[in-house]
Amino acid sequence: MARGFSPGRPRRGGLARAGRIARRSLLIGSAAVAGGVAFGVWRYTRPLPDPFADDAEAIALTPYVVIDAEGITLIAPRADKGQGSRWVQAALIAEELDIDPASARIEAGPVSRAYYNRALLAENLPFLPTDQGWLARNARAASDIPARLLGLQMTGGSSTVPDGFRKLREAGAVARETLKEAAALREGLDRAALGTEDGHVILPGGRRIPYTELAPDAARIEPVTTIVLRDPAQWRHLGKPMLRGDIIAKSTGTQAFGIDLRLPDMLYATVRAAPEGGRAGLIDDSAARAMPGVHSVTVIEGGVAVLAETTWHAFRAAEALVLDLTGPPGRPADSAAIWQALSDSLDARGHDSRNRNDGDVEAALGAGDGVIEAEYRVPFLAHAPMEPLNATVLVTDRACHIWAGTQIPDFVVTQTARLTGLPETAIRLDNQMIGGSFGRRLELDFILQAVRVAQSVPGRPVKMTWTREEDFAQSRPRPAQIARARGRMGAAGIEALDLTIASPSVMSSWFGRVWLNPPGPDISIVAGAWDQPFAIPHFRVTGKRAPDLAPVSSWRSVGASSTGFYLGSFMDEMFESAGIDPFDGLLRACNDDVSRAVIDEARRLCDWRGRQPGPGRGRGVAFCLSFGVPCAEVVEVEDTPDGLRITEAWAVADIGTVLDPVNAQAQLSGGMLFGLGHAMNCQITYADHRPEQQNFYDHDGMRLPQCPRVTTRLLENGPVRGLGEPGLPPAAAALANAIRAATGQRLRQMPFADQIRFA
Amino acid sequence: MELRINGLARRIEADPDMPLLWLLRDVLGLTGTKYGCGVAACGACMVHVDGQAVLACQTLIGDIEGEITTIEGLGTPDAPHPVQAAWIEQQVAQCGYCQSGQIMAAAALLAQNPDPSDDEIDAAMQGNLCRCATYPRIRAAIRSAALRLEAG
Repeated sequence: MARGFSPGRPRRGGLARAGRIARRSLLIGSAAVAGGVAFGVWRYTRPLPDPFADDAEAIALTPYVVIDAEGITLIAPRADKGQGSRWVQAALIAEELDIDPASARIEAGPVSRAYYNRALLAENLPFLPTDQGWLARNARAASDIPARLLGLQMTGGSSTVPDGFRKLREAGAVARETLKEAAALREGLDRAALGTEDGHVILPGGRRIPYTELAPDAARIEPVTTIVLRDPAQWRHLGKPMLRGDIIAKSTGTQAFGIDLRLPDMLYATVRAAPEGGRAGLIDDSAARAMPGVHSVTVIEGGVAVLAETTWHAFRAAEALVLDLTGPPGRPADSAAIWQALSDSLDARGHDSRNRNDGDVEAALGAGDGVIEAEYRVPFLAHAPMEPLNATVLVTDRACHIWAGTQIPDFVVTQTARLTGLPETAIRLDNQMIGGSFGRRLELDFILQAVRVAQSVPGRPVKMTWTREEDFAQSRPRPAQIARARGRMGAAGIEALDLTIASPSVMSSWFGRVWLNPPGPDISIVAGAWDQPFAIPHFRVTGKRAPDLAPVSSWRSVGASSTGFYLGSFMDEMFESAGIDPFDGLLRACNDDVSRAVIDEARRLCDWRGRQPGPGRGRGVAFCLSFGVPCAEVVEVEDTPDGLRITEAWAVADIGTVLDPVNAQAQLSGGMLFGLGHAMNCQITYADHRPEQQNFYDHDGMRLPQCPRVTTRLLENGPVRGLGEPGLPPAAAALANAIRAATGQRLRQMPFADQIRFA
Repeated sequence: MELRINGLARRIEADPDMPLLWLLRDVLGLTGTKYGCGVAACGACMVHVDGQAVLACQTLIGDIEGEITTIEGLGTPDAPHPVQAAWIEQQVAQCGYCQSGQIMAAAALLAQNPDPSDDEIDAAMQGNLCRCATYPRIRAAIRSAALRLEAG
């Protein structure tokens, strides 16, 4: 067995073996490190010879647990954008390792394909998330193989918890048992006679040996891989209220984000760039160059950069640049043209996807009597995380070192190698704590820009920071969409429902930017609609792909951020037309027990007494199952002399197992409020190929005075799931339904503030 | 020029037109104060000058007369200010990027108004944007901090 991180022999290979490993999740190994031991996984070795494979790198061990004389380090490979993923990953490992997670150092670890994300691909299969049948389960298991081959060390899709729930605990358990084995060999005892507690192996007489002391011995023995995970009833940390590891630092200004990095001899930079695919011409930089504190002005692909003594000097000089920034040819230049293109796509023949086609919708809606129709529109929305996008890069002739917060570390490495001509092994990425993302850090643009800027000053580190104005100018928003819904009520509830959605494709836009081109339909257009647990006799969901209209990307909860609005609103319109209480209607339509329990709990939690709880007040409910999580939300509004006010909101979701209860409540609440704030107040519009919104004064989301009282409840009946996104999709519909109940006005287009005055 | 920052007199050699935000972050390395918008639209850069909450992105260093307190000077991980202690107790932060500004705004509010009403909290905090929408816990933490301050 190989020792150390450098080349060695793979323990086993071959596809047959790989298939079995896929079910085991982990191919466990251990390796000696200076004064200690690392436990982790071996990278999946390809069954076929690969001319591009770097054999040395292919079999390196990537750790989850490192123990040396300094202490214990837990590796949390999924990016933390504020959703608490770093902590929950550490807690999963620590629970089985038998340490207090607060006592360990937690690091993001190296970029490695061994940290591939399986749960992410499983979400994109054409099986209903509620389908636990043979075919669906096998397809999800098989998605492990392409995830390994692609090595997607990606953070997204609320996948950190489902992906890590088993394998991180296994990593902790293997480390614990191997440390016990090392103690057993040293003391001449049977491993079964030993216990562990708080970072120590406990001998039968009560003597305690610290893990740090046993680490060098543990590195010299075969890791123990026959482990049994603990019964959750025995958990000491998971499932209990924990103080998230970053809370103290984030409450005292001591948390270092990527933007806070300072290196010796570092230059500060900013970039002004053309719209994606456009052209940047430098007309005059003489004023900028003459400004104090300016180091240089450099033209890079698609933009112009200023390098200076401080960020302020760089910002000020960049503003003084005279530039000609032109949009890409062939794309509509403004919002009017974009809406026209979407409308044309909705009416065009053919479709991109039709994953749901139950019964015979055409026949059921053909006669025309009693058919309800509605059209909905959602605007582009920017991510605009609080931490402006930034990256620090040091380029030399032999290497490139990047410090940046990213959800796609693999792509950063491969695309930087492509850009610089350096081998991938010469690219080092230190993933940074991220001050919000909402999906924006699934993009590479700002990092590759920083690499290009740093190439102009080899040997000097450069921190490139965007102004907030540049952040809006370079929006990669959620797509604008138009949806058309038709339906008919029957004696037993909804008889037929036909939903058609026209949207530009996030997948083609995003994959185009990382030089990939996946075939097949874009399921994200219809996610949150086709896959809903509704038994409607005639139910059809059709996705229509519009051409590329603007560079679009994954925005928190992706497709469900819009589809949740369409279905949640339209079902409410149907129930109202038939005089049915929306909770009764939802429960009648829903055919999944886990989801029904969620809807039931929401009704109980808000003490539901109908749409109109009092004069001038209205309540709305909506449900959406996204990322495997059923979520029901109720919103109450009140018409006041100052305008309409959201007074109260309730959210219930089922995530199977609540690992970090304090943080999970925050995610559910935050997702719902993010959905409400954007539905009320935000849109990105285009003129001359550029977003018209420039800063938080015209796209902010929600501020404290508009925030309602929030009550959340988490249920644990379904499979284990993540919660970064599922709180968002029902929110806009619940609000629109409440506004209808309070005012009689039915809002089918965001932002609602265009049509109604909010307090 | 000389500025008093977090109890220390500091000799500054910088352009008097430089906003305090960038002096703190890029010259002095006090990075707890954050850049969010640069135009007084988000509150992430809030600091105190003589106890008053001001936006560091709008305050030129040549114009400052008075004692500057940043989040680092308010309290530390080992000895947090009562407002910071309340923020930790309520686990307010998600991404945490705006929280320095939120805490500075709340500390200034409570110093002037130990028992603010809901409307007074709304008015004092509306300039501080949190894209994660941690507002319910911000409200709870302000209430908790008010009790802590009252108890001394």
